[in-house]
Amino acid sequence: MSENMGGPGESFEDRLRAARKRQGMDAPPGTDKATSAGKESSALGMGLRVGVELVSALAVAVAIGWGLDRWLHTLPVFLVIFMVLGGAAGIANVWRQVGPAPRK
Amino acid sequence: MQGGGEPTINALGQFKLTTAGGFIGSTVNFTQSNLLMVIGAGLVLLLLYVGSRKRAVVPGRLQALAELAYEFPFRMAVDQIGPEGKRFFPFVFTLFFFVLMGNLLGLFPFSFTYTSHIAVTAALALLVIVIVTIVALAEHGWRFFTYFFPSGAPVWLAPLIVPIEIISYLSRPVSLSIRLFANMVAGHVMFAVFAAFVVMMGSWHGVGMVAALGPLAVNVVLMGFELLVAALQAYVFAILTCIYLHDAVHLH
Repeated sequence: MSENMGGPGESFEDRLRAARKRQGMDAPPGTDKATSAGKESSALGMGLRVGVELVSALAVAVAIGWGLDRWLHTLPVFLVIFMVLGGAAGIANVWRQVGPAPRK
Repeated sequence: MQGGGEPTINALGQFKLTTAGGFIGSTVNFTQSNLLMVIGAGLVLLLLYVGSRKRAVVPGRLQALAELAYEFPFRMAVDQIGPEGKRFFPFVFTLFFFVLMGNLLGLFPFSFTYTSHIAVTAALALLVIVIVTIVALAEHGWRFFTYFFPSGAPVWLAPLIVPIEIISYLSRPVSLSIRLFANMVAGHVMFAVFAAFVVMMGSWHGVGMVAALGPLAVNVVLMGFELLVAALQAYVFAILTCIYLHDAVHLH
C-alpha cells in the first residue's frame, strides 16, 4: 500500500541520494559554473582560449576607436584611448574565465 | 600545384569553395559548404527519427545514441542557465549539432569543413549575441543596461568601467567565432602539411619511403586529436552560448 516499502520513513529518492553521496558520485557543491564552464584542462587549450580572448577584445576596441575617429575626424585620439580600454577589457575577459567564481 | 615538378605544400587549397550540384548548383551558387550543411542537418534528423521510431523501453544502440543526443544539450542548458533553460534548449541543441556535424563531417576525406570559414562561424556567433541581447532586453527591459556597470563599484569609475564592459560584451561574438574557426583551420592545415610531407618524402625513393612513415604516423595521431577537438569545440560553442544566456536571464 504505502509508497516507501524499503525503509522506515525514508523515500527511495532520499536513500538514493545518500547512497550517491557515500559513493562520491555527486559533484561537491560549489563547483557549478566556473569549473564546468571550461573543461579544457590542457595547457594548450588554456593558452589558446586566453589568447583569443585578449586579441578579440583588443580587435573590437580598435575597431570602435578607429570608427569613432573616422566619424569625428580626430584620428589618433579615440584609437589610443580605446586601445588601452581594449587591453583592459581583454584582461577582464580572461579574469572572468580563470578567476574565482563570482559571489552570488 | 605545378604539374610534373616537385610536389609542393598547398595547405590552404582545401578551404576553397566550389559549387556543388551541377548546373543548378552553379547557377544559384550552391557550394559544397552548403551541401555539407544540408547533409549534417539531414543526418541529425535521421538519427532522431530512426532512433525514436522503436520506442523500446530498453534502448538499442541507435535509440541510446538518439536519447544521448537529446539529453546532453538538455542537461547542458538546464545546468548552465537554470530551470528557465528549457526554453532555450531547442536553440542550444541546434547550435551544438550544427557545429558538431560541421567539425565531424569535415574529417572525412574529400569532404569540406564548413566551420573552417569565418563567415559561417561569425554568422553563428552574431546569431547568438543578437538572441542573447534580445532575451536580456525582453526579460529586464532598460535594467539590462545596468549589466555594464557592476553594482558596488564606485561611481567615479563609471567612465572607465562602462566602456570596458561594453567592449568585453562586444568581444564575445568575436572570440566565439575566432575560437571555432581557428581551431578548425589549424587542424586541417596540419593534416595537409603532414600529408604533403608523406608525398615529398615518398618521392625520394629508397630511404624516403621508410622516412615517409613518420609523417603518416603523425597524421594518424592527428586524426584522433582532431576528433577530440571537433567534439570539444562544439561543446565549448554550446556551453558558452548557455553561459551568455545565463547572464542574459539573470543579469550577473
